[in-house]
Amino acid sequence: MPTMTVREALRDAMAEEMRRDEDVFVMGEEVAEYQGAYKVTQGLLQEFGPARVVDTPITEYGFAGLGVGAAMGGLKPVVEFMTFNFAMQAIDHIVNSAAKTNYMSGGQMRCPIVFRGPNGSASRVGAQHSQNYAPWYASVPGLLVIAPYDSADAKGLLKAAIRSPDPVVFLENELLYGQSFDVPEGEHVVEIGKARVHREGKDVTIVSYAIGVGLALEAANILAADGISCEVIDLRTLRPLDEAAVLASLKKTNRLVVVEEGWPVCSIASEIIAIAMEKGFDDLDAPVLRVTNKDVPLPYAHNLEKAAVVKAADVVAAVKSII
Amino acid sequence: MSPAAAKKAPSAKTTASKAAAAPSGLPKEKLLAMFREMLLIRRFEEKAGQLYGMGLIGGFCHLYIGQEAVVTGIQSAAKAGDAVITTYRDHAHMLACGMDPKGIMAELTGRIGGFSKGKGGSMHMFSVEKQFFGGHGIVGANVPLGTGLAFAQKYKNTGHITMTYFGDGAANQGQVYESFNMASLWQLPVIYIIENNEYAMGTSTKRHAANTELYKRGEAFGIPGVQVNGMNVLEVYEGAKKVIEHVRSGKGPYLMEVKTYRYRGHSMSDPAKYRTKEEVEDYKENRDPITTFRKYLEAEGIAGDAAFKKIEDEVKAIVNAAAEFAKESPEPEPTELWTDVLS
Ligand SMILES: Cc1ncc(C[n+]2csc(CCOP(=O)(O)OP(=O)(O)O)c2C)c(N)n1
Ligand SMILES: [Mg+2]
Repeated sequence: MPTMTVREALRDAMAEEMRRDEDVFVMGEEVAEYQGAYKVTQGLLQEFGPARVVDTPITEYGFAGLGVGAAMGGLKPVVEFMTFNFAMQAIDHIVNSAAKTNYMSGGQMRCPIVFRGPNGSASRVGAQHSQNYAPWYASVPGLLVIAPYDSADAKGLLKAAIRSPDPVVFLENELLYGQSFDVPEGEHVVEIGKARVHREGKDVTIVSYAIGVGLALEAANILAADGISCEVIDLRTLRPLDEAAVLASLKKTNRLVVVEEGWPVCSIASEIIAIAMEKGFDDLDAPVLRVTNKDVPLPYAHNLEKAAVVKAADVVAAVKSII
Repeated sequence: MSPAAAKKAPSAKTTASKAAAAPSGLPKEKLLAMFREMLLIRRFEEKAGQLYGMGLIGGFCHLYIGQEAVVTGIQSAAKAGDAVITTYRDHAHMLACGMDPKGIMAELTGRIGGFSKGKGGSMHMFSVEKQFFGGHGIVGANVPLGTGLAFAQKYKNTGHITMTYFGDGAANQGQVYESFNMASLWQLPVIYIIENNEYAMGTSTKRHAANTELYKRGEAFGIPGVQVNGMNVLEVYEGAKKVIEHVRSGKGPYLMEVKTYRYRGHSMSDPAKYRTKEEVEDYKENRDPITTFRKYLEAEGIAGDAAFKKIEDEVKAIVNAAAEFAKESPEPEPTELWTDVLS
């Protein structure tokens, strides 16, 4: 299988879907001439021209709303946020205009739009540029929320997102953009709403998503050396959440740890715990643990940042505490 | 001179009676259709007010009484297939788009026969068929949405344009200016229509706008603006015709400020203590858009008592049938709770 970076996989997904469907267009800050603030849209302007690769002013509320309107008008916009931190200015349109319209119209109005961009903490950029919004969007009925880890899922899920008739929040991660993974050749579309077992195991299930999957796999390797067998589940889609996959694994291992690069309170991890309590209680041999960032705005100082962000050692410690 | 100033139309102070003397040159059928439309809106809204009083309509319900000439004049100048988007004060816009009054009223009562199967309510209705895109409850939010509809029209080269209606209060939202900027930058076929009814809930224009000449608010973006007397349907029509021609010919967005007045409270629960009875009475007595237009039609010899009576009877029958339907249509099945979350 050929390898490619997550960045290239995302670009290929957009390019392939734009070739396939003229109604697909990309808009956002610096997506065209600058080739993307993080170079994810590299080459798209050259292939598809300025009518389909649209540089916007710095006007998140405005262009998110404009994108939703364009989707209501029959187009399939891919709206890039330079990072999801800036989408807080646009969240009204993501939630009120995009997510609720199908329901409020009794099923008449489709809104086939993808909001995508890097999410979560990057490196040394301070609190305002370092937040994971997955739990925010995943709490909203009417949205699909996707957060891939590797290149294959980035490509396959972004293609599925662009084809979806419903609005999608597609959460990428700056630190993953440059990492390389295998990607199947040819047409590769991944079904939305299905988790993926990255590594099979029997003693404990580690559930995660996005960059947390890398930490979970790293921890699983370390723990294997100690004779502890971890099953690693990548949620991939956060709404709808693949409860069945989590519960099936819990049934097998009877222990659950959730790893999340984000705050602990009202998190995806909290949600997984609630699911385990409500639907997997009889399978639990130990309390479910959350392994997350610290509950503080992300600090800048190198040592403090390191202390605040979740790491593999935290996962190892959590697993050991319940075995 | 700025485009806005250059395009300035009769000021809001233009009285209705003076304006009514303007010759229209429109065919009789068109004039009568406009009268009928305004009357339908008036009677529909009165009926909605009654049903609200009877407890058949819940929550927010924003009536359009007094503003009838605005949407009637503009939509009479538009083409079928042009898109319309507006705020929560939306019943009239749907009627003017040709949506079935039964479906609108049944949505108000929260019944399965409503345009949104009872799941949207007064503020949230849509008709893809009639190119009516809501019905939006967040003040200002429909403005970028309308801009996006125009973006899609230009992208697909449809030849259609989008009428984006919003209030004087909404005109203070930042996203309105974000939209103006993009619409002008990309020369989108959108008309921004500010329905200036002098109040945003209880706050008068003077108290919420640093400059109350709202038609000038596109100036910084190179968007021409015009102010029109919204108490006179022919003035609105004439103003809209020029603006529509401009926008349809590909010259980019246009801003229309239509000076109007709402007779009722902001929504049904508003005691309207922020304005005097005299002010409201003055509009009703001296500037009512329906009375004014009727006088004009009579003076021009276009219709007399018998013709008006016939229209009044027809409209009453339509509204009564809508109310009956809205009462009799069942509530949505409990299973509807879970449908339409995703497609
Ligand atoms: C963002 C937002 N803020 C506040 C409200 C509550 N609200 C609803 S209508 C309204 C007044 C709007 O006035 P205007 O834009 O003049 O429109 P009109 O009601 O006069 O038609 C307010 C404050 C809202 N719906 N959305
Ligand atoms: Mg107002």
